[in-house]
Amino acid sequence: MITVYVPRDSSALGLGAERVANAIQVEAAKRGAAINLVRNGSRGLYWLEPMVEVATPAGRVAYGPVQPGDVPGLFDAGFLEGKAHPLCQGPTEEIPYLKNQERLTFARVGITDPVSLDDYLAHEGYRGLRNALGLEPAAIVEEVTTSGLRGRGGAAFPTGIKWKTVLNTPAKHQSAGQPIGTRNAPEGGSAKDALPEKYIVCNADEGDSGTFSDRMIMEGDPFVLIEGMTIAGLAVGATQGYIYLRVEYPHADVALNQAIAAALEAGYLGDDILGSGKRFHVEVRLGAGAYVCGEETALMESIEGKRGMVRFKPPLPAIEGLFGQPTVVNNVISLASVPIILDKGGKYYADYGMGRSRGTLPLQLAGNVKRPGLIEKAFGMTLRELLYDYGGGSASGRPIRAVQVGGPLGSYMPESQFDTPLDYEAFSAIWAVLGHGGVVVFDDTVDMAKMARYAMEFCAIESCGKCTPCRIGSTRGVEVIDRIIDDQDRAKNLALLRDLGDTMLAGSLCALGGMTPYPVLSALNHFPEDFGEKSVAQVA
Amino acid sequence: MTQTEWDRDAVTEVIEQKKSMPGALLPILHGIQDRIGFIPEDAVPQIAKALNLSRAEVHGVISFYHYFRTTPPGKRTIHLCRAESCQAMESEALEAHIKARLGIGYHETTADGAFSLEPVYCLGNCACSPSMMIDHEVHGRVTPQSFDAIINELKEIAA
Repeated sequence: MITVYVPRDSSALGLGAERVANAIQVEAAKRGAAINLVRNGSRGLYWLEPMVEVATPAGRVAYGPVQPGDVPGLFDAGFLEGKAHPLCQGPTEEIPYLKNQERLTFARVGITDPVSLDDYLAHEGYRGLRNALGLEPAAIVEEVTTSGLRGRGGAAFPTGIKWKTVLNTPAKHQSAGQPIGTRNAPEGGSAKDALPEKYIVCNADEGDSGTFSDRMIMEGDPFVLIEGMTIAGLAVGATQGYIYLRVEYPHADVALNQAIAAALEAGYLGDDILGSGKRFHVEVRLGAGAYVCGEETALMESIEGKRGMVRFKPPLPAIEGLFGQPTVVNNVISLASVPIILDKGGKYYADYGMGRSRGTLPLQLAGNVKRPGLIEKAFGMTLRELLYDYGGGSASGRPIRAVQVGGPLGSYMPESQFDTPLDYEAFSAIWAVLGHGGVVVFDDTVDMAKMARYAMEFCAIESCGKCTPCRIGSTRGVEVIDRIIDDQDRAKNLALLRDLGDTMLAGSLCALGGMTPYPVLSALNHFPEDFGEKSVAQVA
Repeated sequence: MTQTEWDRDAVTEVIEQKKSMPGALLPILHGIQDRIGFIPEDAVPQIAKALNLSRAEVHGVISFYHYFRTTPPGKRTIHLCRAESCQAMESEALEAHIKARLGIGYHETTADGAFSLEPVYCLGNCACSPSMMIDHEVHGRVTPQSFDAIINELKEIAA
């Protein structure tokens, strides 16, 4: 029986993976070849998707990009034995794009069947949880602190410190004398009626353009996220977890729920985790298309069934979060990085990286780039290496002119900044944002005044409306940029745009209003010619 | 305008099933939209009563979220990505083509009721831009030609 892998990742499906899988089944049946078809996650080499792999005695061999029409030819060429074919990429692990990565969080993605608990266990899964079950909560928190892990959602706050605050904050209405994390159902009530005292909330509202690492983890290795949340629950004494998932990710919803059911069935989740007496449950909650709900306090409002409006801080969510209780809110990648830290130790993780940016960051290369995909590397590589060594330059073959890093609220960076190392501090030193590690590439046909206008328009569409600078400033911002593009009182309107930027930066509660000036003003600062081109042309 | 008919039993069933969840309103709204395709405005009082909320609160939540709709959708909904990565790969030309081909703008439904068109801000398919989602299926590296082919195929299936 030969094992063949065809991804079930939604980007691979979007390029025809389902039809390729069907064609392989049909062709194998026709030829009487016994195959075991596994639907794995994506390795993240999206320019090769749909990428089909075959397990051979010498390891897995990759073929891609495969279209249904290629399948008979692949069988003729003997791809089931890993033989040569124009689409053959050789041994998967030897493809330079993959070979030169440092995959810690993504160690299993693309390798295993995402919803097979057996596969997960066979590939070092749940070793972190087993270690955590033998530790005191404070010792788990200590291990995460040692790892140097910072929130991978963008704000880069140290995860260990956040967890420590939640651990040390007693929940309200907690029954006296019962140790945190082991509370059972109140007398006379079922376990289902018991109010959990603290919460772990996973922010899976990945709404930034150019980011897809959360989606890849949830579709490609959902157990690692569930394990990370369970460890977080043990660490701070929380018994209920919510994954707040954006509605735009239906495939992730399916994979997560399949994995949760399997973990529950096997005792890795539930009222008595692996016989330890510790309890933890996870539920997926769907968002409804509001970008601002990726902000942690708006997200909690949304889970509570309200409009996703930002809350004032303090109180911090760690002290008074979901349903008024101490709550850990972490991004998908932050939580998915926890199992390996508890498995191999905080120091092992901290040994990767540079400066205060420890461990690895899954970088996501998108937009106008020849080899788009996911690259997990230790912090410290330069943007230029990422764009050219991995990305191979632009897809159009034209020069790369601008790169937006860190999502729609990140700065646009010109060529002169491409040697910046991928490190939180190095980016903030040049008024840029590394954030979630999403990188969107634009060639020289981009109009930066138009991109600045779009950033303001996006803020106007997605503002929750609580703060005036964000709600009204963004609408006025679109109008000001329109006047600049139309060359009406250009100097005056440029000054007004900078002034508006300052107001939004200083006067907004959350990053949506507070960071929209990053793309707008960076576009203006680095590409001034796009804001005055028309008048130059008219003069000439 | 006449009130659209909708399945009242389905709505009651969803509400009864989910009303005791903590923060039940979004799961209820999702449940209703999954079952009947939209959230009828005259279901609002029933939802409000079940959750002990005011009608204004329920209306406020429905109108806050882009995903919830109060009118029936077309047979299939096309979500077209407008975000930066797709823009870098010529999504604006694709958008113009789609609007012309369907004869509708965003938030509209074709006269034959076959397709609704909605903008979306990122499908997490940025490595294969430009992207769109039809119902729950993502499509990557969409061109005007591949869009036409997909639509023609869907119309054949629907017929």
